[in-house]
Amino acid sequence: MIIAVASGKGGTGKTTVSVNLARTIGSGVQLLDCDVEEPNAHLFLPGREKGSDIVTIPIPLVDESLCDACGECGRFCRYHAIVSFGSSPLVFPELCHGCGGCALVCPRGAIREQGKRIGVVETREADGITLVQGRIDIGVAMAPPLVRAVKETLNKDTTAILDAPPGTSCPVIATLRGSDFVVLVTEPTPFGLHDLRLAVDMVRELAIPFGVVVNRMGVGDDRVHRFCREQEIPVLLELPDDRRIAEAYSRGELVVDALPEYASHFATLLWNIREFRSAGGK
Amino acid sequence: MKIAFTTSGNTLDAPMDGRFGRAAGFVIYDTDNDTFEAVDNRQSVNTAQGAGIQATEAIVRHGANCLVTGHCGPNAFRALSAAGVRIYTTSAATVAEALEAFSAGALATMKSADVEGHWS
Ligand code: SF4
Ligand code: SF4
Repeated sequence: MIIAVASGKGGTGKTTVSVNLARTIGSGVQLLDCDVEEPNAHLFLPGREKGSDIVTIPIPLVDESLCDACGECGRFCRYHAIVSFGSSPLVFPELCHGCGGCALVCPRGAIREQGKRIGVVETREADGITLVQGRIDIGVAMAPPLVRAVKETLNKDTTAILDAPPGTSCPVIATLRGSDFVVLVTEPTPFGLHDLRLAVDMVRELAIPFGVVVNRMGVGDDRVHRFCREQEIPVLLELPDDRRIAEAYSRGELVVDALPEYASHFATLLWNIREFRSAGGK
Repeated sequence: MKIAFTTSGNTLDAPMDGRFGRAAGFVIYDTDNDTFEAVDNRQSVNTAQGAGIQATEAIVRHGANCLVTGHCGPNAFRALSAAGVRIYTTSAATVAEALEAFSAGALATMKSADVEGHWS
């Protein structure tokens, strides 16, 4: 089963839920940190590094001797990453999404592809947990291909947790697509509710069963709960606003290790995910 | 010769827009017969990336050989240079003032991008 953990905004405790859930499932689980702009699961599960692979996307390389400046490539590219002004085309690598379309439409076969590095995928082993994380290179804005590279390491035979980037943009969709269940982490505040609504819309669009974890119970009001009730969305877990959880987080410790009384919370979360896998919020 | 001015309006007294890729539009002035046309740039304004390249395609399509604007980012600069468009900078308030300065030869040409991408 593939469980994605997401949230409409950053800082809601998404990573806390991901890493503690991984520890609760235990040996054999895969944890994929898909927050490639800011991977942080390794801070809680340092383990030992097993390897690192460079990820590239194919960008066009134009052979000027074959090109007749017809401009087909530029008319095709919706990202304006290749453009011809009556001469052989210019390529703007940082705008290219690596779709390969320009090479296909070039009537002269003048476009070859060359790999452009966008980041790395690192694998770590921490107490039986396989942690895979993508790390995008500085200045690169093309996160979805890197997220897909992280997800290529998915092992269908085990349970996997995907820690999604915050928000509801393309890299988040790239993470969630194909997962069996989505856990949305939120806070019981007006801002939390606002971002939760956006996240719920996104997950419904993708038609994946989902449920909600309310973190820092006690800081706000009951609007998130009312919303979940009205929308028939299961609340899978409530975590109290316990400063010891924040302290464990800042020390890079897992909650279930530092505060054993919370082990049962995450066991319940896992149980609820399995329970609602087919009957979750729709 | 055709000169493109970046502007938020569509007449000669319209205010200049200091940006290129994300300017609302262009006034393209034809010095051969002293006429002009207004070109909408809304589709570039709304693209996430590559606005400067798209804007370059738009003014080139309308036959511009010169561009008068405030600033220009690196992608737009590369595209404009490849398209053979000369770039002039001005801080004039209106298109008419910028045109006057251009005709008087008072505008400096731009030799490299002067702002980061995304700005233009
Ligand atoms: S590979 Fe795709 S995105 Fe890149 S330049 Fe070609 S058509 Fe554009
Ligand atoms: S489509 Fe091929 S031949 Fe035409 S301009 Fe592009 S590279 Fe040149």
